[in-house]
Amino acid sequence: MWTHRHLLGIESLLPSEIQFLLDRAEGFASSIEKTARLRGKVVVNLFFEASTRTRTSFELAAKRLGADIINVSPSTSSVIKGETLLDTAKNVEAMRIDAIVLRHSASGSPHFLAKRTHTVIVNAGDGAHEHPTQALLDALTMRRHKGRIDGLVVAICGDILHSRVARSNAILLRTMGAEVRLAGPRTMMPPSAETIAAGVPGVTIHHRLEDAVEGADVVMMLRIQTERFGVSCLSTLREYSRTFGLTERMLTRAKSDVLVMHPGPINRGVELDAKLADGASSVILEQVEMGVAVRMAVLDTLLRRA
Amino acid sequence: MSESLVFRGVRAIDPSCGLDGLVDVVVENGVITRVGIHAAAGAAGEHVRVFAVPGALLVPGLIDLHAHVREPGQEYKEDVASALRAAAAGGFVDICAMPNTRPVNDTRAITEMLVAKAKALGGCRLHPIAAITVGQKGETLTEMADLKDAGAVAVSDDGRCVTSSAVMRHALEYARTFDLPVIQHCEDHSLTAGAQMHEGSVATRLGLRGWPSVAEDIIVARDTLLAEYTGARYHVAHVSTRGAVRILREAKSRGIKVTAEVTPHHLLLTHEAVLGYDTACKVNPPLREPEDIAALREALADGTIDCIATDHAPHGAAEKDVEFAEAAPGMIGLELCVPLLLRLVRDGNLTYARFIDALTAAPAKVVGLPVPRIQEGARADLVLIDPDAHWTVDPSRLRSKSHNTPFLHQEVRGKVLATFASGVPIFEASP
Repeated sequence: MWTHRHLLGIESLLPSEIQFLLDRAEGFASSIEKTARLRGKVVVNLFFEASTRTRTSFELAAKRLGADIINVSPSTSSVIKGETLLDTAKNVEAMRIDAIVLRHSASGSPHFLAKRTHTVIVNAGDGAHEHPTQALLDALTMRRHKGRIDGLVVAICGDILHSRVARSNAILLRTMGAEVRLAGPRTMMPPSAETIAAGVPGVTIHHRLEDAVEGADVVMMLRIQTERFGVSCLSTLREYSRTFGLTERMLTRAKSDVLVMHPGPINRGVELDAKLADGASSVILEQVEMGVAVRMAVLDTLLRRA
Repeated sequence: MSESLVFRGVRAIDPSCGLDGLVDVVVENGVITRVGIHAAAGAAGEHVRVFAVPGALLVPGLIDLHAHVREPGQEYKEDVASALRAAAAGGFVDICAMPNTRPVNDTRAITEMLVAKAKALGGCRLHPIAAITVGQKGETLTEMADLKDAGAVAVSDDGRCVTSSAVMRHALEYARTFDLPVIQHCEDHSLTAGAQMHEGSVATRLGLRGWPSVAEDIIVARDTLLAEYTGARYHVAHVSTRGAVRILREAKSRGIKVTAEVTPHHLLLTHEAVLGYDTACKVNPPLREPEDIAALREALADGTIDCIATDHAPHGAAEKDVEFAEAAPGMIGLELCVPLLLRLVRDGNLTYARFIDALTAAPAKVVGLPVPRIQEGARADLVLIDPDAHWTVDPSRLRSKSHNTPFLHQEVRGKVLATFASGVPIFEASP
């Protein structure tokens, strides 16, 4: 069923493997009791970028499974001394650990470490490439509400160019048979964006939010990085919010039982109307909850195999 | 007195004098003395070396316009001695050394040092290319008259583009004053900040920042206009886009003094090679799309692109065995140029005549070196090639200090058997 040593991205997963992880996560979601399934295993959260949510989620997941987990944030220690990513990872590995959960700004860095070290690597976000556990937790949230992923219409809106969340979600959703619509200003759309799902066809590109939202089962808004304003990617925050921000009125174009999702952290009133974030359609906090279950499923699957 | 050389029954190819035929070639005292059918009849003796390899090619000594020798400053990657050994093993008798060393070759002292060092070593000849601007900063012009006197054959800020139109204009005018060609690395840096590979579907898939083709096209277009305006000799380094090809073709048709080169890797690999984050395939300009390769091959075949140049860019493991974003761009090329590109000749993309011209007479004209020829009375700069020998690109077989190439461990077809400078063997392949 499961043959991978690492979780580097959604791109390398078969539909059956995605299904397998989601089913396992579903099991962990229904019971959050602490177990001893991974007792004696040591996981290192190696985060080169700040991320409270993902780091904490992995930490809780490991602890609920009985593993030991430590947090290393080299941005404040060895990197300043000029140590390379590989050296940092090898030093951590030398302390006899079982897995590295890596968050790094360079796309492909987990793939690099997987080739050059002997430890299990879990990608917790690499540059603008992939964020596989985010896509899995998003899919689990959708499946719990809609009962399926196949056939859903999912609009992913915002800064697609810089988003690993958009990439991993597009690949997963297309692999599992959902329709994927990407929406955003042309400055935030990568070239050949329709091929973003690792070549799986069926991704459409939209430059008007209403076209993407029309009839959607799920509307996923991406966080807009405020540093993108004023550097010729975007003009003003006000205009972005007016053209690509999700409002209640815009949402009426979607299906009546639409789910509003966001990987967080939210810029309230920018990409997402504050009322919508807390509204009946919002499943944003459930996404966070499913995050722990998904990461338990990933760590359990990889470490009980290793 | 050097020994005499006899090449018996070789296919001698020299497009500069319309030669392509099975002949004998005799070299005495470093000079070609006889070329013709049975020209070597009776030639034998104690001081005569005879080469008779069935199917072998004999071509004029190759010239590379674009090599990174890394000395001074990064001798752990390459130095003058290792670069010249690698060059000779690749069939090159003359190489031009780019100035992006540490420090930059922007002064007479460094240019003279390189010339003196290469001369003392012997073997392949080295011709420094000096910087256009001090420190390659794109601001202040270098002392081009002094640099030329010291041995520089051209100026270039390779690795960096001269972005300011005003500086480029003055660079062209100033270089023209001393009859030096200006070699531009065409990249609008404002369009390529943080770029890791070609902007296209593969970059999208890998989540890597893209280097759009238009960033090259813009500079080629602007510079050809400036070249026309100033009347200077302008040469485009490592052309990589179909857009640049179109602009070059148009500029040449209008009689502008513009020349161009293309690398083996841009003729052979596409951005797909980067899939899997292979840092050996990280080069600048980046590997592009199949349509670009097709345009580059066509332009090389019809002469729109004059030269083949290796952009030999050695790097150590510290620069390549890292995450993609951290990896230095470039791959080695001197020793693989001939074997890799013979494929284009075999596949009918390129004639032997154009292939040899692009590595001999064409680059010689760009930088004003004597055109190497296979004719009686010419200096015996020669390369003996077995176009059908198979060998595997193994690190132990490479003379370069660095092994950064995606062709490592691959089998190639075509082998340089021996290289001669003025009749002296500067490389002989082990059997």
